[in-house]
Amino acid sequence: MRKPIILFAVGLTMFMAACGDNKSNRLPILGHRDAETKTVDGKEVTDTVYQTIPPFKFVNQYGDSITDNNLKGKIYVADFFFTSCPSICPTMHRNMLNVYNAYKADDNFKILSYSIDPKYDSVPVLKKYADKLGISGQSWWLLQSGKDETYKLATSYLTSVAEDASVPGGHVHDGWFILIDKQKHIRGTYDGTVTTEVTKLIADIKTLQAEPEQRVAQ
Amino acid sequence: MRAVWIIASFLTVVIAIASCQTAEDIEFKRYYTAGLVEYQNHCQNCHGDKGQGLAALIPPLTDTAYISRNKNMLACLLSKGIKGKITVAGKEFDSEMPPAELAPMEIAQVLTYVGNSFGNKVGLISNDDVTRDLKNCR
Ligand code: HEC
Repeated sequence: MRKPIILFAVGLTMFMAACGDNKSNRLPILGHRDAETKTVDGKEVTDTVYQTIPPFKFVNQYGDSITDNNLKGKIYVADFFFTSCPSICPTMHRNMLNVYNAYKADDNFKILSYSIDPKYDSVPVLKKYADKLGISGQSWWLLQSGKDETYKLATSYLTSVAEDASVPGGHVHDGWFILIDKQKHIRGTYDGTVTTEVTKLIADIKTLQAEPEQRVAQ
Repeated sequence: MRAVWIIASFLTVVIAIASCQTAEDIEFKRYYTAGLVEYQNHCQNCHGDKGQGLAALIPPLTDTAYISRNKNMLACLLSKGIKGKITVAGKEFDSEMPPAELAPMEIAQVLTYVGNSFGNKVGLISNDDVTRDLKNCR
């Protein structure tokens, strides 16, 4: 008489285990995806090609030129801000400091904050902001370039992931933190104004670092 | 019978006193809870949910000595904004706070909230207090 119950329990356990396994500790890949069909050894195979962050060239708070080459073999988190921002940016960077403090000792991790007001946010202004924020070294870069270039790049980080990434008026104004892997894929988007989301980001970075593809240096 | 009357009137007085205090309490609570919402909408971005500020960019609201010393100046600080060097919690800040676009009553509410949160305890800052303080802004 007890058997069905035991069987049920065993079944349920297996089901849950399988379920957990399925999710295995991998983060999803976000953004556009295209199917690319090619012929290999006379057979048609279809590959999924995921959106990547395109090449870029910016200047950081130290006046050094930073390109996508500087991010080879790095996992990084990107956001868009401006130093004189009176609204959400202070909250975002209060939260980003938690990410910074968790990973600043890790050479293969970076934070990139792109200024969307490059006209005002000159290199000295960015440096002063960094100093007041209490960040030093090379783990958190505050970047600026031309406005058009910045806005175009923002699209690569945002439009595919945030539905309302249309940019009203002067400045991009959503508080996303975007997690990018070593293959330049978008692996997560987090609301940088919400502490619990940022806590999840900090945990997800660890998960991402453990993926086999991320362990090899690129 | 007399004893009942004495007890009854005694009770009435006690209740009157108690409810008198409660009326004040209720007024304070009304300011404080409205102030919490004002704070979340107008201040929290910069000063943080715990009044912690942001590094050397934005000062904390936890310097109880600063808040109580400047109790009558706070309304002016909010309505005119702050620019230039100030020392808070032993650290120098040289940033800028934009003027808050708030009515005197809202300033009173948010100051009652700030003045009685994050370790501060300056009591009620009423609409009348703020109206008076705003006349003396420099
Ligand atoms: C845009 C960001 C910003 C917002 C919004 C803001 N503040 Fe400030 N606040 C500052 C900065 C920056 C200073 C320091 C100014 C300086 O360095 O001269 C400051 C200073 C203060 C001070 C005096 C110093 C201290 O920390 O005790 C008080 C009190 C204060 N703010 C209260 C408020 C209240 C209440 C609100 C909401 C109505 C508010 N602030 C909204 C940025 C902000």
